[in-house]
Amino acid sequence: MTATIHIEHLHVVRGGRTVIEDLSLDVSPGRVTGLLGPSGCGKSTLMRAIVGVQVVAAGRVEVLGRAAGEPSLRHDVGYLTQSPSVYTDLTVTENLQYFAAVTGAPPGSVDEVLAQVALQDAAGQVVGSLSGGQRTRASLATTLVNRPTVLVLDEPTVGLDPILRADLWQSFHELTDAGATLLVSSHSMEEAAECDDLLLMREGAILSATTPDELRERTGEHDLSRAFLAVVRGAGA
Amino acid sequence: MTATAQRVLRQIRRDPRTIALLIGVPVGLLTLLRYVFDSQVTTFEHIGAPMCGLFPFTLMFLITSIAMLRERTSGTLERLMSLPISKASLLGGYAIAFGVLAAVQAAIVCTVGFAWLGLNAAHGAWLVGLLAVGNALLGMALGLFASAFARTEFQAVQFMPAIVFPQLLLCGLFVPRSAMAGPLQVVADAFPLTYAFDALSRATHPGPLGRTFALDVVVVIGSTLAALALGAATLRRRTP
Repeated sequence: MTATIHIEHLHVVRGGRTVIEDLSLDVSPGRVTGLLGPSGCGKSTLMRAIVGVQVVAAGRVEVLGRAAGEPSLRHDVGYLTQSPSVYTDLTVTENLQYFAAVTGAPPGSVDEVLAQVALQDAAGQVVGSLSGGQRTRASLATTLVNRPTVLVLDEPTVGLDPILRADLWQSFHELTDAGATLLVSSHSMEEAAECDDLLLMREGAILSATTPDELRERTGEHDLSRAFLAVVRGAGA
Repeated sequence: MTATAQRVLRQIRRDPRTIALLIGVPVGLLTLLRYVFDSQVTTFEHIGAPMCGLFPFTLMFLITSIAMLRERTSGTLERLMSLPISKASLLGGYAIAFGVLAAVQAAIVCTVGFAWLGLNAAHGAWLVGLLAVGNALLGMALGLFASAFARTEFQAVQFMPAIVFPQLLLCGLFVPRSAMAGPLQVVADAFPLTYAFDALSRATHPGPLGRTFALDVVVVIGSTLAALALGAATLRRRTP
């Protein structure tokens, strides 16, 4: 099966500094792939390159067999930015209505997606008055509203309580069951266990493309945070 | 395009104080001017009438540059640039929303000025109102372009004195252009607001509008489109 996201020899320079150097990876269709690594390792930049909003110095980035950023992909790729990018002076519903109109989402999708992120009770509230976690979910809802087949989510579960986090991971797997492909970044290895596939990233490079079970087996560590450390030390040696 | 216009208007509606300022400030300033020139009514008439059509220019410049800067810094612009929305429809949406706002502002300012403060519009207050909306769109287009050069709101507000004030000083509103130093007249001829003022001045003074009026309108529309095109060029799908 061909990869949903395919990257070859990607180089990205931001502010005169090489942020991503010679990075290649594949993301398999219909799976939740976790992009894990410490803050500042280039996860967001990599995601921006996949969505096609990042100026790229060299390399090839393909999504669904098309060059990243191609106009036709704008209907198929959903992007959640790391900091919530919603209009804080509009209500949750008004934000969703706008993004639904822009993406040509079908009527009724607004209510569906509100339920999906469990924000029905806050639907009429202005986003600026919401808590951080609610804002993240409002932003996520605007990303999901047109049901894109590829979802690039930059730290969607940061700042959420454990119950909500579990609910969201549940809904991510429901999305892949329905045929979507998800790339989800996190700096917390606790989240790794929730993913089907793992991409471990450090200092602008992919250290390892693996699965949670494979990672545990290879490193002999049951705890995935320790397993990540073992991989980092192994790469350094 | 209408979705963006509706969204922008909803955002402004959420902010009643901004609306009150948009309407109250020009009305207040015009009234103030009337009584500042209490003993020189002709001077008030000379300055006040075109001013009704220039307020929307200034305010829309400021509002657009801040609004666009917010889109850039809040990440919503980056989001929109990854979605199937064309730059033309985003900018068109802003133009419709601010055009509506300018029309409301111009209607109220013109009513106060021409009906209550004794200003005269030889060719009709409606023409001044119409020119005001056109000038508002020019202000919007320039503000949009200027916002690309500001990183912070502090910088963006400084563009108002930097870009708007020289045009106001040189357009002929306070001193006839023919009375200015020679080089300044040349500079004034290069500013779009000079033509906006000239059109307003002709609309408020008796006598035929003539071909110069038509030329003024064409220059204002042309400058608006040029600034919009430049502004659109600053909206990048990919950023470093």
